[in-house]
Amino acid sequence: MSDVIDRPMLDQEITAATRLKIIDCDIHPSIHAHSDLNEFLPKRWQQHLKEYGSHLRTPYIGTTPYPRSSPLIARRDAWPPTGGVPGSDLDFMRKQHLDPFDVEFGILQVLDLFIFSQQNLEFGAAIQRAINDWQLAFWAHRDPRLKASILVGQDGSDLGLAEIDRCAKTGEYIQINVSPRANEPLGRRRYWPIYERAQELDLPLGIHVGGYGGHAPTGGGWPSYYCEEHQSNAHTVASNLTSLVLEGVPERFPKLKIVFIEGGFGWIPATMWRMDQHFERFRSEVPHLKRKPSEYVKQHFWFTTQPIDEPDEAKHLRQLIEWVGIDRLLFSSDYPHWDYDDARFAFKTPLTDAERRKIFNSNARAVYKF
Amino acid sequence: MARHIVARISEIPAGCNKVFGLEGRDIVVFHVNGEFFALLNRCPHEGAPLEKAACVARLTSPEPGIYQRDRVGEMLRCPWHGWEFDMRNGQSWFDPKRFRIRSYPVAVESGAELQKGPYVAETFPVHIEDNYVIVEV
Ligand code: FES
Repeated sequence: MSDVIDRPMLDQEITAATRLKIIDCDIHPSIHAHSDLNEFLPKRWQQHLKEYGSHLRTPYIGTTPYPRSSPLIARRDAWPPTGGVPGSDLDFMRKQHLDPFDVEFGILQVLDLFIFSQQNLEFGAAIQRAINDWQLAFWAHRDPRLKASILVGQDGSDLGLAEIDRCAKTGEYIQINVSPRANEPLGRRRYWPIYERAQELDLPLGIHVGGYGGHAPTGGGWPSYYCEEHQSNAHTVASNLTSLVLEGVPERFPKLKIVFIEGGFGWIPATMWRMDQHFERFRSEVPHLKRKPSEYVKQHFWFTTQPIDEPDEAKHLRQLIEWVGIDRLLFSSDYPHWDYDDARFAFKTPLTDAERRKIFNSNARAVYKF
Repeated sequence: MARHIVARISEIPAGCNKVFGLEGRDIVVFHVNGEFFALLNRCPHEGAPLEKAACVARLTSPEPGIYQRDRVGEMLRCPWHGWEFDMRNGQSWFDPKRFRIRSYPVAVESGAELQKGPYVAETFPVHIEDNYVIVEV
């Protein structure tokens, strides 16, 4: 059996897939040049950036995460014709992604400058401020579809709280982003002040995979290959989900909404099944939990869909979606990265119109209150 | 199958490609090591434009630590998720039974020959000394 595609893109195909406007929960804008940040970064830190650069929690000093799979982990067709790096040119992003897919809202996820992993917390905080301001000035204010997140390095939590408050006052940011690779698992109490503030402000907590944690990203140590490292994104998210649930974060902050971004969703059912099974056996160890772990997952957590899993049989993807819960999934493309998902072709299983509407639009609309 | 004259060979330099709209589909013609290959400009996985693919070598490894490169430039690496396809027949290098790109026969013929046929008259009135790339769709 060969799935040979030998037809052009038909008009009805374009409209069928994009008939409903899409909310894309993961778009990566890039800084065109570090000097773009100058207007938001005090001289003292501009100088610091120039002289010392990043000091990260990575054991491989001086390494950067690039290239991985392809230059700047980007689609090879995403380099703007005007020059600059993928994701740095708004007009090109509009032309290549926002317009043809009829993106109603696109949520920006900035990875530049490894904000979350800066060891110098004050430098990290200055970069966070600059990037948070840059997201508005360079993106959200130029295209109202694009929405910014408040980036917060959770390890300097007083600095982070100040930044959350500063940004929240503007009323323009739609979530608070923290790193999945912090110094400790995300459920630990040291991070609770951030969760408390997120709940007070009614802003979802976004956790996008990636970055450096200083710890090996897998329980088995440091991976040898990118192929292996990419796989570890799912483990990292799974261990943080487990930590958040079992340490009682949703129990303690019942209104907090948590969104895991770019971790995929294939691993979720087994993680829930296992947590529930252990909960039955070891309930006395975690008496602060009032409900089965899966109930917390199904009420407080959402997951973006990319990178989508591609089981051999379409019906297995279908089952997976049902096990996770159709109301838990938020479409994301990961534009302009190499493992981008195309809204028209990524779900290789039939979805009803109602299901499409949920995954591609209304779930995110409810979480982010668009 | 209809034969279409798509370009003079000089219009697709070695290592480059060009896209043509033929009978309602976008077909990309690659020029590799003196040969031409025509494929549908669309990856069977999620539809990426193959004109932006990397033309890579085939890399095989009979055992760990031993690597062999051959067929340099003849493998297409999709610009998005990196699936590899054999340019000669569109066959996917990964899971070849299920996926391949539609490929089309390509020929190179001299202008002099073409002038005898029905294809040339108005389209290419001059340069009959050139060679032309013909794609069958
Ligand atoms: S679109 Fe070509 S590999 Fe995915």
